Amino acid sequence: MGRKLMYTFFALVLTLSLVAFTGQAQAAKEKKKEGPTQFVGILAYRTGPFAAGGSGFSSGMEDYMELINMEGGINGVKYVFEECETAYNTARGVECYNRFKDKMIFVHPLSTGITYALIPKATKDHIVVISSGYGRADASDGRVFPWVFPLPTNYWSQNTAKIKWIAKQEGWDGKDMSTIGKYLKGLKIANLHIDVPYGQETKPILNAMAKKFGFKVRHFPVPWPGIDQKAQWMDIVRRFKADWVINRNWGVSCTVPLKEAARLGFPRNRILGVWWCGSEEDVLPAGPAAKGYYSTNWHGVGRNFPVIQRIIDKVYGKMKGHISFTRVGSVYYNRGVYAGIINTEAIRTAQKKFGNRPLTGDEFRWAMEHLNITAERIKELGAEGFMQPLKFSCADHEGGGKVFFQQWDGQKWVMTGETMEPMKDFVRKMIEKSAEKYAKEQGIKIRDCSKVD
Amino acid sequence: MFYRECGNFKDSYASDMAIFPIPLDRWGFTVMLFLAFVVIPLFASEYLITNIIIPFYCFALSAFGLNILAGYAGQISIGHAAFMAVGAYSSFILYGRYGIPLIPSILGAGVVTAAVGTFFGLPSLRIKGFYLAIATLASQFIIEWVIVHVEWISGGVFGTIQAPEMYIFGWPINTAVRKYFLALCMMVVFMTFGKNLVRGQMGRNWMAIRDIDYAAEIIGVNLYRDKLIAFAVSTFYAGIAGALLCFCYVGAANIEEFNVMTSFALMGMIIIGGLGTVLGSFFGAGFFVTLPILINHSLAAFMDVVPSDILSNIEAIIFGGLIVLFLIVEPYGMARLWHTIKDKLRLWPFPY
Repeated sequence: MGRKLMYTFFALVLTLSLVAFTGQAQAAKEKKKEGPTQFVGILAYRTGPFAAGGSGFSSGMEDYMELINMEGGINGVKYVFEECETAYNTARGVECYNRFKDKMIFVHPLSTGITYALIPKATKDHIVVISSGYGRADASDGRVFPWVFPLPTNYWSQNTAKIKWIAKQEGWDGKDMSTIGKYLKGLKIANLHIDVPYGQETKPILNAMAKKFGFKVRHFPVPWPGIDQKAQWMDIVRRFKADWVINRNWGVSCTVPLKEAARLGFPRNRILGVWWCGSEEDVLPAGPAAKGYYSTNWHGVGRNFPVIQRIIDKVYGKMKGHISFTRVGSVYYNRGVYAGIINTEAIRTAQKKFGNRPLTGDEFRWAMEHLNITAERIKELGAEGFMQPLKFSCADHEGGGKVFFQQWDGQKWVMTGETMEPMKDFVRKMIEKSAEKYAKEQGIKIRDCSKVD
Repeated sequence: MFYRECGNFKDSYASDMAIFPIPLDRWGFTVMLFLAFVVIPLFASEYLITNIIIPFYCFALSAFGLNILAGYAGQISIGHAAFMAVGAYSSFILYGRYGIPLIPSILGAGVVTAAVGTFFGLPSLRIKGFYLAIATLASQFIIEWVIVHVEWISGGVFGTIQAPEMYIFGWPINTAVRKYFLALCMMVVFMTFGKNLVRGQMGRNWMAIRDIDYAAEIIGVNLYRDKLIAFAVSTFYAGIAGALLCFCYVGAANIEEFNVMTSFALMGMIIIGGLGTVLGSFFGAGFFVTLPILINHSLAAFMDVVPSDILSNIEAIIFGGLIVLFLIVEPYGMARLWHTIKDKLRLWPFPY
C-alpha cells in the first residue's frame, strides 16, 4: 500500500510541478513580447482521424504569419499566435475558443460541428467566424449572420459550379447558361455522400438543380466512417448506371470510392470530389487506382507560387517552419496559407481606417465586409493563380470566389486551369430562404444592408 | 477520531444506515458543498467555470448513470453517448419548440431518454456480458442514424439545433455563474437521489444481479424488471446530463459530439474512477474532462521549443500513459485508493 500511495503522490507532485512550471514559463513568455501585436488563436487538430487536414491547414496559416512577422509585421503590428488542440472534438473546440476569446478577433473553427457551436457564441462575443469552405452554407447571407464568413465559396455554390463543369465536360461551351440544360438533360449523377449532417448539406441544392436542368440525381449515403462502400458502388455502377459521381466524403471515406471504382471498372475521371476529398492524403492510399480522379478546390496546389517560395526561403530557410518540409505546397497546407492571406489582407484593410494598431473584433468585422482583394493585389502578394479575386459586402459574406478544378496524375495534383463561377442567383435565392428561416426560428432581426455603411 | 468511527459498534439504526459513517466523510462532504456553492462561484474565473467545472458536473452525472448500469447492475453498455444525444435533442425540442418551462423540459428529456433506453435494454433480458455490450453498441448507431435522418428531430439538413435563450420563471440564465448553478443544482439533486437509490433495496437487487444472476433470481429478485429499471434509470441520468451539457456548455446540440468515442470515454471514466461507486464517477469524470485540458495547457509553454505537430501527439501519449499508470497502481479505480486510505487510517497509528 505504501508503494501505491507513493506512486500516487509522485504522479500528483509531477502534475502539479508541471502546472507550476507552465505558469512561470507563460509569464516569462508574456514579458518577452515587444511592440504592438495581434493575437491569433488557432483551433488545430493534429491528432485524431482527420489529422491530415488539421495539421496542414494550421501549419500553413502559422507559416504565413511567421513570414509576415519576418517581413516586419503588418505595418509594424506583429502576429502572436497560440495553438489549441481540438482533436476534431466539438466540446474541446468550445474549450479552446473560450480559452482564446478575450484575446482573439477571428477564429477558424475548422470543423463543421465546432462551427455550429461557435456561431451563436461568437456573435455574442463579437468575434468573426471564418469558415473557409465548410459550415453553414446559408451563413453567406450577411444580413442574418453578420459575424460569419464562409469564404470564398460555400458548399452550395461549389455544387452549382460542379454541375456547370460536368456540363462543360459533356460538350457545353461554358458560357451560355441558356444552353446548359441541353447538355445536362438525361445525365445520371450519383451523389455519394457520407451520412452525417455535413454530407447531407448539398442534397437540397442538387435536387433543385436536377429539377431545373433535367438531369437525374440520386443520393447514395455512406454510413460513418465509410470504410466499406461496396454496396453503394454496386448500386451506382450496375443499377443506377451513373455517368458522373460526386464524391462527398471526409477523411478515410474519400479514398474508398477510388478503389471501389477501380474494382468495378468505373472511369476515375468521371468522379468529382468535394474539396475536402482533394488532398494528397486522400488519393495516395488508393495508389494507381486514383489516377485521373478530379476534385474541386478554391486555391492553387504545389510550390510554384512566389508566396510559397517566399515561405520556403525565409521561414524554412531559418528552420522556423511548423510542419515537415515535404508537406509544404500540399493541398491542405496551401489552404492554410490562403486563410493566412485573407486574415492579413483584412487586417490591412482595417488598419487603413482605424490606424496601425491591434484591432478589435468589431473593426475586423467591418474590414471583412469591406475587403476587396483585386487581381493587382493578388499579383503583389505573389499569389497569382493561387487565388481568385474576392469582394465582400454587407449582404454577401461569401466573396464570390470561383471554384478551381484539379486532377490527380498519379504523382501529384495538377490544376486543370479552368475556374468556374457558381450559379450565383440560383444559390443566393436558396441561401436567403434558408437564412430567413433560421432568423425566424432564432428570433434574429434581419439587418437592412442599405443602411449599413 | 475524526477519521474513524468511535468504536466498532453502532448503537442506533440511524447511525448504522448513515450515508457517511465517519466524520471525515461528513466534514469532507460539507466542505465540498461549501466549495461548490460558495467558493467556486465567487472566486473561480469564468473560463474555469464554463470549460472545466460545468462539463465536469455533466460528465460526472452521465458517468454515474453508466455506473448504475455497468457498475451496480453489471450490464455493460457501449452506447451511452447516444443516450446523451437523445437527452440533448429532446430537451431542445421540448423547450425550444413547445415552450415547456426549462426545468420540466430537462426532466422531460430524461423521461424520453429513459423510454428509449428501456427499449434498447430489452436485449439484456436474453443476453449478457460481452454479447450484451455489442447489442448496446447498436443503440449508438441506430440513434445517430435516426437523429440525422428524421428532419423533425434534427431540424433540417444541418443536423444541429441551437440552444434557445434560457429562462426560469422569467429569470434569464445567461451568465456563466447562473448556468453553473443550474448544472450544480441538478447534479446535486440527482446524485443524492442516486446515492440513496443504490443503497436501498433496488441497489441491492442490482448488485445481486451483477454478482450471480441466477442466484439473485433464486432469492427472489425479479431479473427482468430490475434490469429494465437499471436501463431506465441509467439512461435517465444520461439524458439529463446530455441536456445540461448542451444547455450550459456547448450551446448547440450536434450529433457529432456524441459519437462512439464519447461512449468509450464514458466507459473509461467509470473504469478509471471505480466501478460501482458514486465517488468514482466524479474521479473518472474529473480525470477525463480536466486532465487533457490541463496537459494541453501545460504543453502550451513548450510551443516555442518543440514543433507543434509533435506537441499535440505528446498530449495523447501522456494522457494514455496516465490511464495505464492509474490502472497499474490501482486496478479497481481511483475511488478504491480513497477507500484504502480510509482503511489504513482506521488502524493508524497501530496497524496490524
